[in-house]
Amino acid sequence: MPMDYDQARYSREDLYEPLLSEKDETTVEVGDDDSPLPEELTRDEVTLPSLSEPELARHYTRLSQMNWSIDSGPYPLGSCTMKYNPKFTEDVAALPQGAVHPDRSDAASQGVLEAYHRLQDYLGRIGGMDAVTLQPPAGAAGELTGILVAKAYHEARGDDRSEVVIPASAHGTNFATAAMAGYEVVELPSGEDGRVDVEALEAAVSEETAALMLTNPNTVGLFERDIEHIADIVHDAGGLLYYDGANLNALLGRARPGDMGFDIMHYNVHKTFATPHGGGGPGAGPVGVVEELAEFLPDPHVRETDDGVYETYAPESSVGKVHGFAGNWLVLVKAWAYIARLGDAGLRDASAKAVLNANYLADRIDLDIPYGPFHHEFAATAGDRDAAEVAKGMLDYGVHPPTTKWPEMVSEAMLTEPTEIESRASLDDLAAAFNEAVADDDETLAEAPRRTTARRIDQVSAARSPRLSWQALADEGEDDGED
Amino acid sequence: MSFDVPDDLRYLESHEWTQTGDSSVRVGISDFAQDELGDVVFVELPDEGDTIEKDAEFGVVESIKAVSDLYAPVSGEVVAVNEALFDEPELVNDDPYGDGWMLEVDPSDPDEFDDLLSADEYRDQIE
Repeated sequence: MPMDYDQARYSREDLYEPLLSEKDETTVEVGDDDSPLPEELTRDEVTLPSLSEPELARHYTRLSQMNWSIDSGPYPLGSCTMKYNPKFTEDVAALPQGAVHPDRSDAASQGVLEAYHRLQDYLGRIGGMDAVTLQPPAGAAGELTGILVAKAYHEARGDDRSEVVIPASAHGTNFATAAMAGYEVVELPSGEDGRVDVEALEAAVSEETAALMLTNPNTVGLFERDIEHIADIVHDAGGLLYYDGANLNALLGRARPGDMGFDIMHYNVHKTFATPHGGGGPGAGPVGVVEELAEFLPDPHVRETDDGVYETYAPESSVGKVHGFAGNWLVLVKAWAYIARLGDAGLRDASAKAVLNANYLADRIDLDIPYGPFHHEFAATAGDRDAAEVAKGMLDYGVHPPTTKWPEMVSEAMLTEPTEIESRASLDDLAAAFNEAVADDDETLAEAPRRTTARRIDQVSAARSPRLSWQALADEGEDDGED
Repeated sequence: MSFDVPDDLRYLESHEWTQTGDSSVRVGISDFAQDELGDVVFVELPDEGDTIEKDAEFGVVESIKAVSDLYAPVSGEVVAVNEALFDEPELVNDDPYGDGWMLEVDPSDPDEFDDLLSADEYRDQIE
C-alpha cells in the first residue's frame, strides 16, 4: 500500500519540526573529579542542544500546533472523558509549599499529608467508600490494586477463589487486570437491552467468583437499573463487586457506587477530576474500598490521629506497595484542587451538564443510536458506513472524532462523550461534523483527512514493527522511503 | 469478490482450515478470514507438544481491526508451529493456505474430519 509518510513523520515537509538534537548539538564538558560515582558510570562530556529561549518556545509551540488537544477544540472520545484541564490546577501544583521531598519526615510534611488526607476523604465521600488509597499511578494500576485487595481479602479468609466475572462490553483493561492478578476470566454476554443479563450473571457466579467487575453507567452509557439485585447475586455467592470508575463523570454528586453495593472502586482522576491525560504520566488511579477491605490497602496510607496530626502508616494486612511513596503527589494535588474548587454544587453541575450535552448532541446527529436512554455518552452507529472512515472525515471538519468500532455490541460504533465543557455552539459544530462526514461519499472519505498535519498514519507498520524510542527516528533515516 | 477455497482442505464455520491425513496435518485460516480481518499484526499460537481440542480455542489472531480467537478444526498434538508468523504475521494475509499456515497437528481422531465442511459447503457459507 503506497504511503507518503512514515510513523512519526509528517506528510507536509514544510511542517516538519526537527528534534532538538537535530537543531543543535553542542558538546559540554561536565568532568567532575570529585564525583563519588564509579568511573564507568560517569562521562566527561555530554552532547546537548544549546538553544535560546525563543528557539525552544517556538519548538514546543510548533509541536503543540501539529497536535490536537482539548485546548484546540472538541475531543469527544467516548469512555475517555476528555474534559478540559483548568489551568488553575497547574498553579496549585506549582506552589513551592507542595514541593516536598517524599523522604521528608511526616512531622515536616504536615501540609502535604493534610492535603492527601483531604483528597482521600473527598474521594471516599464522592464514591461512597470508607477508605481510599492514592498510591496507584494510573487507572489500570488502580484496577490491579483493587483486584489484588480482593484477592488478599479472600485469601485472608482461607477462601481461595479462581474467577473474575466481566461483561463482554467492559474495558479491555478489566480482562487484563483479572489475568494479571492470576484469575480466570468469565465473560458475561450483554442482555438484549445492552445491560447486564441477570440470568446469565446468576449462571456465571459461583463459589469460585472472586469479583464481578462492572462500570455503571456501562460502556454505551446505560445505567444498570438492576444494580442492587446484581450486587446481591455476587455477594450471596461470597464474591466482591468492583466498580470501574471510567464512567463516574455521569454520576458525580448524584449516585455513589458504595450505595449501589460496590465494595471496591478505582477513580480515573484524568477523566473525572480533570487532570492531564496520558503522555506517559505521571498519573494517578486512586482506589476506594469498604471498611472490611481497608486493612489490605497499599502501604503507606495516610491517617489523622486523635491529636489532629497526619501520619503515614502501613495498613494491617497491606498488599504492599504498588508505586513509590504515597503516589504521584503532583497530579493528585490537581485533582484535589479541582474538587475543592468545584465543591458539591460544582460536581453535581458537571455531571448534569455531561449528561445534558451527550443527549443534546445525540439529538442533533443523523446517526442511529441503538441503546438508550443513555447518560454521559452514547454509541451511535455509522450503519453501512465504516466508522473509522467517517472518523477520518470528521477530522476535516475541525473536530476530534469519537472512539470508533467499540464497544463491539454496536456495529460500526462511534462512542461519543462530549463532556460537560462544550458550549451549545461547539456541540452544534460537532453535530455538523458528524452529519457532513457521514454524508460524504466514499472517495472523499478515502482521501480524508486533508487538513491535518499528518494525514493517515500507517497503523499496520506501527503495529507490526513498532519503534518505541526517539532513537528509532534516527535509525529510520537509513531506510527512509524504502518501506 | 470471490475467495480462494482449495478443494482438498476441510473447513470450520469459524473459517479455520485443515489438511486431512493421519499425521502432520496443517491448520490455518481461510482466504475469506484473512480478508475480513484485514492486515494481521500479531498471531499467538500454542507450543510444540501442546494438545489442542477440536472446536476449542487454540490461539489468537490480531489485526488492526479486530482480535479473534482461533478454533481447532481437529484434535491432537501440535508437532510444529509456524514461527515465521511471529516476525511476519503478514504471511497470513499474503498466503493463507501456504506460508501463512499456523500449526501442524497429529490428529488423535481422524473421524473428526467427517464433521468438517467440505470446500463446496464452506464456499456456500461465505457466498
